[in-house]
Amino acid sequence: MKKTLRILAIIVLLAAVAIWTAKGAHRGWTVNNIERRATDPVTGLPRSTWEKGFIPGWDFLAVAALTAAGLTGASYLFRTKKPPPDPL
Amino acid sequence: MRSQCIVFLFASALALPALAGPETFDFKDPKNGNTIEFKLDAPAEKIAGTANDISGTVTFDPQNPGATRGKIVVATASLTVPNGMQTTIMRGPLWLDAAKNPEITFEAKDLKNVKTDGDKTTADVTGTFTLHGVAKEVTIPVEIKYLKDKLGEHLGSNQKGDLLVITSTNFSIKRADFNIMPGKNLDKVADTINLTLGVAGASPK
Repeated sequence: MKKTLRILAIIVLLAAVAIWTAKGAHRGWTVNNIERRATDPVTGLPRSTWEKGFIPGWDFLAVAALTAAGLTGASYLFRTKKPPPDPL
Repeated sequence: MRSQCIVFLFASALALPALAGPETFDFKDPKNGNTIEFKLDAPAEKIAGTANDISGTVTFDPQNPGATRGKIVVATASLTVPNGMQTTIMRGPLWLDAAKNPEITFEAKDLKNVKTDGDKTTADVTGTFTLHGVAKEVTIPVEIKYLKDKLGEHLGSNQKGDLLVITSTNFSIKRADFNIMPGKNLDKVADTINLTLGVAGASPK
Protein backbone atom coordinates (compact mmCIF):
# COMPACT_ATOMS: atom_id res chain seq x y z
CA MET A 1 0.00 0.00 0.00
CA LYS A 2 2.84 2.35 0.92
CA LYS A 3 4.51 1.83 -2.43
CA THR A 4 1.20 2.16 -4.32
CA LEU A 5 0.46 5.56 -2.76
CA ARG A 6 3.93 6.85 -3.58
CA ILE A 7 3.69 5.65 -7.18
CA LEU A 8 0.25 7.27 -7.41
CA ALA A 9 1.72 10.53 -6.09
CA ILE A 10 4.40 10.52 -8.79
CA ILE A 11 1.80 9.68 -11.48
CA VAL A 12 -0.46 12.59 -10.34
CA LEU A 13 2.47 15.03 -10.40
CA LEU A 14 3.82 13.88 -13.76
CA ALA A 15 0.35 13.79 -15.34
CA ALA A 16 -0.37 17.35 -14.12
CA VAL A 17 2.93 18.66 -15.51
CA ALA A 18 2.31 16.82 -18.80
CA ILE A 19 -1.24 18.26 -19.15
CA TRP A 20 -0.05 21.76 -18.18
CA THR A 21 2.80 21.60 -20.74
CA ALA A 22 0.57 20.14 -23.47
CA LYS A 23 -2.00 22.91 -22.93
CA GLY A 24 0.56 25.64 -23.46
CA ALA A 25 2.30 25.97 -20.05
CA HIS A 26 0.06 28.90 -19.07
CA ARG A 27 1.64 30.77 -16.15
CA GLY A 28 -1.45 32.62 -14.94
CA TRP A 29 -4.60 31.33 -13.30
CA THR A 30 -6.44 28.42 -14.89
CA VAL A 31 -8.58 29.65 -17.76
CA ASN A 32 -12.15 28.33 -17.94
CA ASN A 33 -13.52 31.05 -20.22
CA ILE A 34 -11.70 31.55 -23.50
CA GLU A 35 -12.20 34.89 -25.21
CA ARG A 36 -12.68 34.95 -28.99
CA ARG A 37 -12.24 38.27 -30.74
CA ALA A 38 -13.24 39.51 -34.14
CA THR A 39 -13.45 43.00 -35.60
CA ASP A 40 -16.74 44.17 -37.05
CA PRO A 41 -15.96 45.33 -40.60
CA VAL A 42 -18.57 48.11 -40.54
CA THR A 43 -18.20 49.60 -37.07
CA GLY A 44 -14.53 48.70 -36.62
CA LEU A 45 -15.33 47.56 -33.09
CA PRO A 46 -13.74 44.45 -31.59
CA ARG A 47 -16.42 41.85 -30.92
CA SER A 48 -15.72 39.69 -27.90
CA THR A 49 -17.38 36.38 -27.12
CA TRP A 50 -16.59 33.83 -24.43
CA GLU A 51 -16.45 30.08 -24.87
CA LYS A 52 -16.06 27.42 -22.23
CA GLY A 53 -12.64 25.82 -22.28
CA PHE A 54 -9.78 24.65 -20.10
CA ILE A 55 -6.23 25.94 -20.04
CA PRO A 56 -4.55 24.82 -16.80
CA GLY A 57 -2.59 27.43 -14.90
CA TRP A 58 -0.30 27.51 -11.88
CA ASP A 59 -3.23 26.78 -9.53
CA PHE A 60 -3.80 23.49 -11.40
CA LEU A 61 -0.15 22.57 -10.75
CA ALA A 62 -0.50 23.65 -7.10
CA VAL A 63 -3.55 21.40 -6.59
CA ALA A 64 -1.69 18.50 -8.23
CA ALA A 65 1.37 19.12 -6.03
CA LEU A 66 -0.80 19.23 -2.89
CA THR A 67 -2.56 16.01 -3.93
CA ALA A 68 0.81 14.32 -4.53
CA ALA A 69 2.07 15.58 -1.15
CA GLY A 70 -1.10 14.24 0.52
CA LEU A 71 -0.66 10.83 -1.08
CA THR A 72 3.00 10.74 -0.06
CA GLY A 73 2.08 11.78 3.49
CA ALA A 74 -0.63 9.11 3.64
CA SER A 75 1.90 6.52 2.56
CA TYR A 76 3.73 7.04 5.89
CA LEU A 77 0.63 5.80 7.73
CA PHE A 78 1.37 2.32 6.47
CA ARG A 79 4.16 0.26 7.98
CA THR A 80 6.82 -1.27 5.83
CA LYS A 81 6.53 -5.02 5.91
CA LYS A 82 9.55 -6.37 7.70
CA PRO A 83 11.08 -9.46 6.15
CA PRO A 84 10.53 -12.59 8.25
CA PRO A 85 13.41 -13.29 10.63
CA ASP A 86 16.07 -15.55 9.29
CA PRO A 87 15.51 -18.98 10.91
CA LEU A 88 19.23 -19.60 10.86
CA MET B 1 -45.79 80.05 -60.55
CA ARG B 2 -46.25 76.29 -61.02
CA SER B 3 -42.60 75.80 -61.99
CA GLN B 4 -41.55 77.87 -58.95
CA CYS B 5 -43.60 75.54 -56.71
CA ILE B 6 -41.96 72.48 -58.27
CA VAL B 7 -38.49 73.97 -57.75
CA PHE B 8 -39.38 74.81 -54.12
CA LEU B 9 -40.67 71.28 -53.44
CA PHE B 10 -37.61 69.73 -55.08
CA ALA B 11 -35.26 71.96 -53.06
CA SER B 12 -37.19 71.12 -49.87
CA ALA B 13 -36.89 67.40 -50.57
CA LEU B 14 -33.14 67.76 -51.03
CA ALA B 15 -32.85 69.74 -47.81
CA LEU B 16 -34.90 67.25 -45.75
CA PRO B 17 -32.05 64.90 -44.84
CA ALA B 18 -30.01 67.86 -43.62
CA LEU B 19 -32.92 68.93 -41.42
CA ALA B 20 -33.59 65.39 -40.26
CA GLY B 21 -33.11 66.30 -36.61
CA PRO B 22 -32.17 64.03 -33.73
CA GLU B 23 -32.24 60.25 -34.08
CA THR B 24 -32.61 57.71 -31.30
CA PHE B 25 -30.17 54.81 -31.39
CA ASP B 26 -30.85 51.50 -29.66
CA PHE B 27 -27.67 49.94 -28.23
CA LYS B 28 -29.02 46.42 -27.87
CA ASP B 29 -26.94 45.20 -30.79
CA PRO B 30 -28.62 42.20 -32.48
CA LYS B 31 -25.13 40.99 -33.49
CA ASN B 32 -24.08 41.13 -29.83
CA GLY B 33 -20.99 43.05 -30.84
CA ASN B 34 -20.97 45.68 -28.09
CA THR B 35 -18.16 45.28 -25.60
CA ILE B 36 -16.80 47.08 -22.59
CA GLU B 37 -13.32 45.95 -21.54
CA PHE B 38 -11.93 46.35 -18.05
CA LYS B 39 -8.35 45.97 -16.88
CA LEU B 40 -6.94 45.97 -13.37
CA ASP B 41 -3.17 46.04 -12.93
CA ALA B 42 -2.30 45.13 -9.33
CA PRO B 43 1.29 44.41 -8.16
CA ALA B 44 0.61 40.67 -7.78
CA GLU B 45 -1.92 40.15 -10.50
CA LYS B 46 -3.39 41.55 -13.70
CA ILE B 47 -7.07 41.01 -14.36
CA ALA B 48 -8.71 41.69 -17.71
CA GLY B 49 -12.20 40.93 -18.85
CA THR B 50 -15.19 42.14 -20.77
CA ALA B 51 -18.90 42.78 -20.45
CA ASN B 52 -21.05 42.29 -23.51
CA ASP B 53 -24.68 42.38 -22.43
CA ILE B 54 -25.18 46.06 -23.25
CA SER B 55 -28.34 48.02 -23.90
CA GLY B 56 -29.65 51.58 -23.68
CA THR B 57 -30.60 54.40 -25.99
CA VAL B 58 -28.79 57.52 -27.16
CA THR B 59 -30.32 60.49 -28.96
CA PHE B 60 -27.91 62.01 -31.46
CA ASP B 61 -28.42 64.92 -33.82
CA PRO B 62 -25.87 64.98 -36.69
CA GLN B 63 -26.46 68.73 -36.95
CA ASN B 64 -25.91 69.27 -33.24
CA PRO B 65 -23.69 66.53 -31.74
CA GLY B 66 -23.28 68.60 -28.59
CA ALA B 67 -26.91 67.88 -27.71
CA THR B 68 -26.28 64.12 -27.50
CA ARG B 69 -28.04 62.54 -24.53
CA GLY B 70 -28.72 58.98 -23.47
CA LYS B 71 -28.06 56.07 -21.20
CA ILE B 72 -25.89 52.98 -21.64
CA VAL B 73 -26.74 49.97 -19.47
CA VAL B 74 -24.42 47.02 -18.82
CA ALA B 75 -25.73 43.81 -17.22
CA THR B 76 -23.46 43.16 -14.20
CA ALA B 77 -23.87 39.41 -14.69
CA SER B 78 -22.22 39.68 -18.12
CA LEU B 79 -18.86 40.75 -16.68
CA THR B 80 -16.51 37.86 -17.43
CA VAL B 81 -12.83 37.14 -16.81
CA PRO B 82 -10.90 34.10 -18.10
CA ASN B 83 -10.91 32.28 -14.74
CA GLY B 84 -14.31 30.83 -13.89
CA MET B 85 -13.86 31.05 -10.11
CA GLN B 86 -12.74 34.69 -10.32
CA THR B 87 -15.79 35.44 -12.49
CA THR B 88 -18.10 33.94 -9.87
CA ILE B 89 -16.37 35.81 -7.03
CA MET B 90 -16.39 39.10 -8.97
CA ARG B 91 -20.16 38.86 -9.58
CA GLY B 92 -20.77 37.62 -6.03
CA PRO B 93 -21.95 39.46 -2.89
CA LEU B 94 -18.47 40.51 -1.71
CA TRP B 95 -17.57 42.38 -4.88
CA LEU B 96 -20.12 43.57 -7.47
CA ASP B 97 -23.14 41.78 -5.98
CA ALA B 98 -24.85 41.28 -9.33
CA ALA B 99 -27.99 39.95 -7.65
CA LYS B 100 -28.57 43.24 -5.82
CA ASN B 101 -26.99 45.52 -8.45
CA PRO B 102 -27.95 43.95 -11.76
CA GLU B 103 -27.04 47.00 -13.84
CA ILE B 104 -24.07 49.29 -14.34
CA THR B 105 -25.23 52.48 -16.02
CA PHE B 106 -23.92 55.71 -17.48
CA GLU B 107 -26.36 58.52 -18.20
CA ALA B 108 -24.95 61.33 -20.35
CA LYS B 109 -26.02 64.80 -19.24
CA ASP B 110 -23.64 67.25 -20.87
CA LEU B 111 -21.02 67.35 -23.63
CA LYS B 112 -18.04 69.70 -23.56
CA ASN B 113 -15.10 70.31 -25.92
CA VAL B 114 -17.23 69.10 -28.82
CA LYS B 115 -15.25 68.88 -32.07
CA THR B 116 -16.77 67.53 -35.26
CA ASP B 117 -14.84 66.50 -38.35
CA GLY B 118 -17.00 64.86 -41.00
CA ASP B 119 -18.84 61.94 -39.42
CA LYS B 120 -16.61 61.94 -36.33
CA THR B 121 -17.22 63.90 -33.15
CA THR B 122 -15.00 63.97 -30.11
CA ALA B 123 -16.23 65.30 -26.79
CA ASP B 124 -15.93 65.04 -23.03
CA VAL B 125 -19.20 63.59 -21.79
CA THR B 126 -20.24 64.32 -18.23
CA GLY B 127 -22.87 62.13 -16.68
CA THR B 128 -23.88 59.88 -13.85
CA PHE B 129 -22.01 56.59 -13.59
CA THR B 130 -23.74 54.05 -11.34
CA LEU B 131 -21.83 51.00 -10.19
CA HIS B 132 -22.46 48.72 -7.19
CA GLY B 133 -25.43 50.92 -6.28
CA VAL B 134 -23.26 54.05 -5.97
CA ALA B 135 -23.88 56.94 -8.38
CA LYS B 136 -21.09 59.42 -9.12
CA GLU B 137 -20.65 62.17 -11.66
CA VAL B 138 -17.80 61.38 -14.05
CA THR B 139 -16.43 62.79 -17.30
CA ILE B 140 -15.52 60.42 -20.11
CA PRO B 141 -13.65 61.35 -23.30
CA VAL B 142 -15.50 59.79 -26.23
CA GLU B 143 -15.42 59.57 -29.99
CA ILE B 144 -18.81 59.38 -31.67
CA LYS B 145 -18.98 58.14 -35.25
CA TYR B 146 -22.19 58.63 -37.22
CA LEU B 147 -22.48 56.01 -39.95
CA LYS B 148 -25.36 57.01 -42.15
CA ASP B 149 -27.22 54.24 -43.98
CA LYS B 150 -24.82 51.58 -42.67
CA LEU B 151 -27.27 49.55 -40.57
CA GLY B 152 -28.11 47.10 -43.39
CA GLU B 153 -24.43 46.47 -44.11
CA HIS B 154 -23.79 45.93 -40.39
CA LEU B 155 -26.65 43.46 -40.06
CA GLY B 156 -26.11 41.83 -43.43
CA SER B 157 -29.71 42.53 -44.41
CA ASN B 158 -31.84 45.04 -46.32
CA GLN B 159 -32.73 46.94 -43.14
CA LYS B 160 -32.40 50.65 -43.73
CA GLY B 161 -31.07 52.87 -41.02
CA ASP B 162 -28.04 54.49 -39.44
CA LEU B 163 -25.42 53.44 -36.94
CA LEU B 164 -23.85 55.37 -34.09
CA VAL B 165 -20.50 54.10 -32.84
CA ILE B 166 -19.28 55.36 -29.47
CA THR B 167 -15.75 54.57 -28.33
CA SER B 168 -13.68 55.62 -25.35
CA THR B 169 -10.18 54.35 -24.71
CA ASN B 170 -8.96 56.57 -21.91
CA PHE B 171 -11.24 56.24 -18.94
CA SER B 172 -10.67 54.90 -15.46
CA ILE B 173 -12.52 54.71 -12.17
CA LYS B 174 -11.52 53.70 -8.67
CA ARG B 175 -13.38 50.81 -7.09
CA ALA B 176 -13.10 52.41 -3.64
CA ASP B 177 -15.24 55.32 -4.95
CA PHE B 178 -18.00 52.82 -5.60
CA ASN B 179 -17.67 50.99 -2.30
CA ILE B 180 -16.29 47.81 -3.88
CA MET B 181 -14.17 46.29 -1.09
CA PRO B 182 -12.43 49.65 -0.46
CA GLY B 183 -8.82 49.28 0.66
CA LYS B 184 -8.97 45.47 0.56
CA ASN B 185 -6.97 42.96 -1.53
CA LEU B 186 -5.10 45.83 -3.20
CA ASP B 187 -2.11 43.60 -3.99
CA LYS B 188 -4.28 41.35 -6.16
CA VAL B 189 -7.19 43.56 -7.24
CA ALA B 190 -6.06 47.06 -8.21
CA ASP B 191 -8.08 50.05 -7.03
CA THR B 192 -7.93 51.65 -10.49
CA ILE B 193 -10.11 50.03 -13.11
CA ASN B 194 -9.25 51.00 -16.69
CA LEU B 195 -12.23 50.88 -18.99
CA THR B 196 -12.43 50.73 -22.77
CA LEU B 197 -15.79 51.29 -24.36
CA GLY B 198 -16.81 50.25 -27.86
CA VAL B 199 -20.52 50.22 -28.57
CA ALA B 200 -22.70 50.61 -31.63
CA GLY B 201 -26.34 51.65 -31.65
CA ALA B 202 -28.88 51.26 -34.43
CA SER B 203 -31.53 53.62 -35.70
CA PRO B 204 -33.71 51.64 -38.11
CA LYS B 205 -35.91 53.50 -40.60
